[in-house]
Amino acid sequence: MAAKEAVAVAEPKKKSATPKVDAESMATRQRDISVSEFFAKNRHLLGFDNPRKAMLTTIKEAVDNSLDACEEAEILPEIAVIIEDLEPTRPASAKSSRYRVTVVDNGPGIVRKQVENIFGRLLYGSKFHRLKMSRGQQGIGISAAGMYGLITTGRPMAIFTKPKAGQPTHHIELAMNTKTNRAEVTFDKEVKDFPPDRLRKLSAGTRALAEQSGFLTATEFPTGTSVSIELDGKYQRGRGSVDEFLELTAIANPHARIVFVPPTRVTEDDEPDVLTAAEASAAAVAKVTTETNGVIVFPRGVHELPRETKEIQPHPKGIELGILLQMLKDYEATEKGGTLFKFLQDCFCRVSASTASGMCEAIGLTSRTKVADVGPPQAEKLFKVFQESKLAPPPTDCLAPIGVRQLLAGMLKGVRAEFYAASSREADVYRGRPFQIEAAIAFGGELPGDETARVIRFANRVPLLFQQSACSSFKAVSETGWKNYNLSQPRGGIPVGPLVIMIHMASVWVPFTSESKEAIADYDEIRKEMKLALMECGRKLGTYLRKRQRMRREGLRRDVFERYIGEIAKAVHAIMGADPKAIYDALLEQANARTAVADQVLDEDGQVIKDEDPSGPDDDGVLIVHEAIAPAVAQLSSTPFAPLDFGNGSKKQTSKVGAVGKSSASTQAGSKSGSKSTTRAKSKADSAASPKRTAKQAPESAARAELRARAAKAASRKPGSGKPSNDGPRLF
Amino acid sequence: MAKQKTPSAPARTKKERDAATEKKIVMLATDVAKRSLAGNEPTVRVPTRTKSNTLWNKKKGILQMGPAAQERGLFNLSQAKSFMQTMLHSSSIKDLIAAEKTLSLRGMFYKGLHTVAGTKEKTFADQDESDGILEDLEVSLAALREELHIFAKKAGTMVGNITIIDSGDEIDCRRMGSGGYAIPSIVEPDVIKFKKCDAKFVLHVEKNTVWSRFNEDRFWEKHNCILTEGGGQPPRGVRRLLRRLNEELGLPVYCLLDCDPWGHYIYSVIKQGSISLAFESERLAIPDVKYLGIRASDYRTCGLSDDVQIALNDTDIKRAKEIAAYPWFQGHKGWQREIDGMLNNGFKMEVESLITKDISYVTETYVPQRLKAKDWLD
Repeated sequence: MAAKEAVAVAEPKKKSATPKVDAESMATRQRDISVSEFFAKNRHLLGFDNPRKAMLTTIKEAVDNSLDACEEAEILPEIAVIIEDLEPTRPASAKSSRYRVTVVDNGPGIVRKQVENIFGRLLYGSKFHRLKMSRGQQGIGISAAGMYGLITTGRPMAIFTKPKAGQPTHHIELAMNTKTNRAEVTFDKEVKDFPPDRLRKLSAGTRALAEQSGFLTATEFPTGTSVSIELDGKYQRGRGSVDEFLELTAIANPHARIVFVPPTRVTEDDEPDVLTAAEASAAAVAKVTTETNGVIVFPRGVHELPRETKEIQPHPKGIELGILLQMLKDYEATEKGGTLFKFLQDCFCRVSASTASGMCEAIGLTSRTKVADVGPPQAEKLFKVFQESKLAPPPTDCLAPIGVRQLLAGMLKGVRAEFYAASSREADVYRGRPFQIEAAIAFGGELPGDETARVIRFANRVPLLFQQSACSSFKAVSETGWKNYNLSQPRGGIPVGPLVIMIHMASVWVPFTSESKEAIADYDEIRKEMKLALMECGRKLGTYLRKRQRMRREGLRRDVFERYIGEIAKAVHAIMGADPKAIYDALLEQANARTAVADQVLDEDGQVIKDEDPSGPDDDGVLIVHEAIAPAVAQLSSTPFAPLDFGNGSKKQTSKVGAVGKSSASTQAGSKSGSKSTTRAKSKADSAASPKRTAKQAPESAARAELRARAAKAASRKPGSGKPSNDGPRLF
Repeated sequence: MAKQKTPSAPARTKKERDAATEKKIVMLATDVAKRSLAGNEPTVRVPTRTKSNTLWNKKKGILQMGPAAQERGLFNLSQAKSFMQTMLHSSSIKDLIAAEKTLSLRGMFYKGLHTVAGTKEKTFADQDESDGILEDLEVSLAALREELHIFAKKAGTMVGNITIIDSGDEIDCRRMGSGGYAIPSIVEPDVIKFKKCDAKFVLHVEKNTVWSRFNEDRFWEKHNCILTEGGGQPPRGVRRLLRRLNEELGLPVYCLLDCDPWGHYIYSVIKQGSISLAFESERLAIPDVKYLGIRASDYRTCGLSDDVQIALNDTDIKRAKEIAAYPWFQGHKGWQREIDGMLNNGFKMEVESLITKDISYVTETYVPQRLKAKDWLD
């Protein structure tokens, strides 16, 4: 489809080139345009607009391919992304530099004869022709990245692939010929070492990691592929960076373990804001990921692969007339003399024998009519019948949603908030293609309270980093009435507050607005589902916020009572001599009992805050407190019934948590694996015992552990119902 | 005719009354302590001082407080503070009784005022808060303000053919100069005794300016009466004194008030009591008080100029209709006519408007004529 458009775009250019020539002379210049040539000239269409984005797109395409391959071969993905700086001595002002990007996976590998096709041709792949959910779609990505590398550095793409354990590894270097859309092999040799030993010894970080827990070991990578592309790029952190991409990928793919080796030298940032944002998000990730000498490891969150997806036939309502004609032709070509009746059943989903014969009759043909005898007028009639007939929507087992638990696990990993909610919609259909929308939101905690919410978008588990405002999801977010959920929202805009909104679309064919796959096209059906998913999350958030407000109120109430109790005890003592202490204690007990909601709800929703409340117990500087009360007390002065200020309260808390949180993270880093497993066991027991955790957790030395336990609990609540959900693999 | 009547309440010594009040306060505190220790919410029962809980006793011609009461509890967010304040003031009053001293309302505000321990919050935000709590305590303890050793600031003046004894000092109200005798807040027999009264009636005027006019013209001397004013809505001391003059000395009381809803309401309060002090109507109301003027018809009958008109605003009209709808005015044809007359006029008139006729028109012509003609509203 992309190729067709390409030609259409290119044509006028040719004609206007030289005026005053006759058709003959023109004909000599009219020739085929290679797809690769076209994209070489229009590389921005594929996401290679600038050096920084080129670097990202290259990594993105390679990682997408790796994840797809692993999942298809049912291998838990183990991926290493390595960026080498090839010009470490360049001047600091350089706009771009030469890098080598290597992505290694433990996927099934590629058989030798396919290597050239997969890496060397545009529009070649297994994913375009089928209706199956996968990250890649068109078969442009990795070959375009290779092409970009070749154009900017003249260096071919280096591929190591090992399709079978125990067999040798193919080391191939490919240079794409843009004119012929074919790859030229410049190097082809069988080697022994896979993954390439060179990568393990790259830097202090990789060497340390290799010694500690193993890095790119042969046992972890019995089969697999490694792709290296040299390119002119720029490595810079921030929004739309490799770091963000990998962070978000880790969120959407909790079953994958990703190791990232960034280059030792980072381009100086000219936009300090972006850098701080990146550092903030990197810091957020660092709580879960480990970092040794610059090497970042995104650990595996779940050990189950996403549900295996089935390939489906097109749905009658999802095709165009031209495609129907082509399908009829193709069918005749493969099944000489096949009947229309059979064609309908074979080539479409949701067409049963009776529906098929019904359709045949509807266009004045019988079920025995041969496909060869179906002329264009009948085909057109058939197409109309498709639109009018009542058909079941396409099957949805072709979709593998992330799942509510995984969404929460992913969000918890990447975003340090205090409230998380997720919802997974039922599958729906646009243009005959099934799709499924999932949404998650994170609120409060360390998120900045006075900025517009951050919207993170995924399509088939691939993060979308650019063109946010062109995306259907963005529109869905702005059209959702967040004010209903106690959030502020400028008119027709993105809500403002400590909020991260995540939207995931899973589909056999995600309708992107362009080949660079940056924004989802705005189909009404899609946007509607997105809105419904967001509303579901929003309702949960609204309930939580109301609850929190109630807690605050109760906290306030208690505080008011407690303040006056002392005065009352004194007055009563002065009047009739009763023991003021006894009265004070008796009243205090009553006050606490009457405002018990303040404690109850807190425990249930697991507010985790560290507080410097001097009156409370303070073992190791970390404490789980009644958040609702702490800021309220701090704010109380001469006006006890002042309206509650949300923003201030949570902000105050933020800074506190930040300070304490860092120290706890560092103390924890050493005993990571040990403490994690115990937490898992604990939260498993918790959620198994009852979905509503009632026991108040004793203050744990690792705040992280509480967070995890919290997520398990939250995940065990099915959206809306409050019952533990059974769909999807367990979180821990 | 100064005919001596017996006071309504049996005279008790100050000591007896103090002991009774103290007992009530101790009972209140004991109840709070008991409830607290038993794990119950401590409460104070405060009879409701609202219009809905005000009953019109047609037979007696006074307003009375109904049976409704509110349990003021500590564990009610909107009542917690007033509960605390009630206890503070109870404690203060006990101190006053023990010290045998009295305090003004403002003094009480200061006595109870301090910062709540451990906060920046003051026990009372302002005097209004404190005053409200004291009124609540009066009704809760069924004790009068003076029994609580509290007085209000003086706001009323008296002059006339009467000699009284105020806290042992003999005061001849005929010799009060231009300022007059300031009526204290507490005018109970143990503070003020009537020694000698020659006056035949009491003329109560709305405000001090009018009173000065009458005093300067020595109206009380010429007409042998007592002349009082209450600074607008008369405070309890003035009302109680009027009531005692009326009840104990049998003097008829005539009012000279502005022709506006405010003046009408002042008359209503003097006659049958107010909503907020309905519990005291029994000793404050003067059911046979007469309304001498200003009448709506005076504009015409006295031939006043257009200049004295003050247009009724929306609030006035609303208030006038409210007053007309009070059960104690509803069945009164004279008053319905009077209020209608004012509304039809579309303007109000102050007593001072009579000055446009002549400086002493009101003292020399208006009031004597009305009294002679017995032209008043009952």
